[in-house]
Amino acid sequence: MSTQTGSVEMAIIQANNGQTGRRPADGDKLSRLQRNLALPLLLLLAWEASAHLGLVNPHVLPPVEDVIGRGWHEFAQGDLATSLGASLARDLIGFAIGAASGTAAGLVVGFSQLAQRIFGPTLRVHRQIALFAWVPLIAVWFGAGETGKVIFIALAAFQPSLINTWRGVQEIPHRYRELAAVLTFSRFDFLRFIAIPAILPALFTGLKAALIYAWQATVGAELFMTIAPGIGGVMMQGRQLFQMDLVLLAILLLGLIGAGFNSLAAVSETLLLRRRTS
Amino acid sequence: MTDPTDSHWTDLHQRTHLHEIDIDDDRLPAAETENRATILSLTQVSKTFNVAGKSVEALSDISLDIAEGEFLSIVGASGCGKSTLLRLILGLDRAYDGEILLDGTAVKKPGLDRGIVFQEHRLLPWLNVTANVGVALRRSKLSPRRKRDTVREHLDLVGLGSFAEAYPAQLSGGMQQRVAIARALVNRPRFLLLDEPLGALDALTRLRLQDELKRIVRHEGITAILVTHDVDEAVYLGDRIVVMQPHPGRIASILTVPLPAERNRSDAAFLRLRDHVLAELGVTAPSAKAASFTDLSKLGPVWHRHDAVA
Repeated sequence: MSTQTGSVEMAIIQANNGQTGRRPADGDKLSRLQRNLALPLLLLLAWEASAHLGLVNPHVLPPVEDVIGRGWHEFAQGDLATSLGASLARDLIGFAIGAASGTAAGLVVGFSQLAQRIFGPTLRVHRQIALFAWVPLIAVWFGAGETGKVIFIALAAFQPSLINTWRGVQEIPHRYRELAAVLTFSRFDFLRFIAIPAILPALFTGLKAALIYAWQATVGAELFMTIAPGIGGVMMQGRQLFQMDLVLLAILLLGLIGAGFNSLAAVSETLLLRRRTS
Repeated sequence: MTDPTDSHWTDLHQRTHLHEIDIDDDRLPAAETENRATILSLTQVSKTFNVAGKSVEALSDISLDIAEGEFLSIVGASGCGKSTLLRLILGLDRAYDGEILLDGTAVKKPGLDRGIVFQEHRLLPWLNVTANVGVALRRSKLSPRRKRDTVREHLDLVGLGSFAEAYPAQLSGGMQQRVAIARALVNRPRFLLLDEPLGALDALTRLRLQDELKRIVRHEGITAILVTHDVDEAVYLGDRIVVMQPHPGRIASILTVPLPAERNRSDAAFLRLRDHVLAELGVTAPSAKAASFTDLSKLGPVWHRHDAVA
C-alpha cells in the first residue's frame, strides 16, 4: 500500500520534473512562434496552390496575391481605413458600455444576497439565449441603425463581464472574508484590500471574453442589421458584387484584429497580475 | 505625553538583546498564575452544528477561566472542537449556548483586542509583507507615521525586518507564519489566539518557531491561547494545558504545568507530563511503553512502522 503510494508520488514528481525540464527558455520562443505559424502558412500555401493549379474557380477563391492587392488598393483609396475605423469605433463604444454595466451588475449580484435572489435565476436563463436571437428585438426597439448596433454589441460584452465578475465575487475564499471580520474591516476596506484584488483575475477573464464577443457582435450587427460603413459592410458589398477578394480581405482583417485584441488583453493581464505567483 | 505604545517601544529599543535577557529571567512558577485576574471566562459553552440534517454537538459544557498573562494550551485530537472554541472566543460565530465573558462583557463580535494566527498564514498574496501587516492597522487610531514604525518594529520582532518588501509567495512557510504572527500582534491585542499555527510546518521549523513564539509572547506580556494537536508543543509552551476529547467536544482535564518557564524537551519531568497528557488523550499504554513508543515514532527515519509491518 505504502509502496504504491510511493511510486505514484514518484511518478508525479517525475512528471513535474519532466514538465519543468521542457519549459521553454528564451531561445525556444522562436520555435514556438514557428509552431504557431505552421498551420496558417500551410493553409495559405494550399490556398495559393489550388488557385494557381486551377483546382478551383478563381472567381470563387481568388489567389492570395489578388486579395493582398485588393487590400492595398482599398487602403490607398482610403475606403478600407474608413470602414475599419467605423467598425472599431462601434465595437469599442459597445464594449465599453457592455463591459462596464456587466461588471457593475456582476458586483451587485455577487455582493448583494437580495439582488442575487431577485436577478440570479433570470440572468442564468438569459445566458442560455443565443446572442443573435436578440437581433430582431433590438432592431425593432432601437432601430437597426447605429443605436441598435451599439446596443447589440453592448449586450454581447455584458454577458461574459457579468458572469465572470459574479463568479469572481462568489469565489472570494471564505478564509479571506473571515480575516476581514477578524481585522474588523469596513466594507470599503474589504473591497479595497480583499474583494477587488481577489476578483481581478476573474474580472480579466470576463473582459477578455467581452472584447472578443463584442468584436464578433460588431461584424454580426453589420451583416444582419442595416448596411453601414464597416468591415461587415465591406463583406456585404463584396458578396453582392461577387468580389470574393473583398470578402476574403474582410475575413482576414477580422481575424487579425481579433487576434490583436486577444494578445493585447493577455499582455495587460500579465502586467497587472504579475505579482501573484502562488 | 506618555503614550503607552510609545513607552512600550522605547522599552523594546533599550533591550536590544531581547532574546538573552528574556531567557535568563525565569518566569513565575505556573502555580502563581492562578492568583492573577481572570480576564476571559467561559461558562457552560455548548455549540451544535447541523450536518446534513443531523445535529452534531461540537462543544459540550465547556467551562474555563483564563488569567491575564497566561499561556494556555488546548490540546486534543481533530474533531474535538478546539478550533471551534477559538472561533467562539474570536466572536466569529455567535450561535452557541452558554456565556463567554471578556472582562465581564459578553463577546459579540471580533475585536482588535484579540489577534489570531490561523493554521494557514492567510496573508494576502497581492500585498507585500509590510502591507500585509499594515492592513491590520486600518482601524487603528495611530498616526500614519506611528503605524509605519509599529509595522517595522513588529517585523523586527519576528525577525523579518529585511523582508519588508517581499511578497508572501517569495517566503518560506515558516517566514509566512512569522508575518502572520506580526500581523496578529501589531494592534497590541490583549489576547493572542493561535489556531494550530505551526501545524503545517516541517518539524525543524516548528521547533524553532515554538521558541520564537515563547519569546514573543513573553516579550509582549500577552495572554495566549494555543490550540494544537501536538502534545509536545502544548507541554513545551503552556502554563496550563486543557485536554479535550471529541464526540462531543469536551474538556477531559485541565493540567497546570509545574515546570519552569525554560523547558527541556528531554527532561524527565517534561516526558512524564507529556505521557500523562497522551494518556488523557486515550493513547493508553503503560507509562514506560508509552514513552518508548512515542520516542521511537518521533525518530521516523530510523524506525518506520510501515517497513516493520510490510
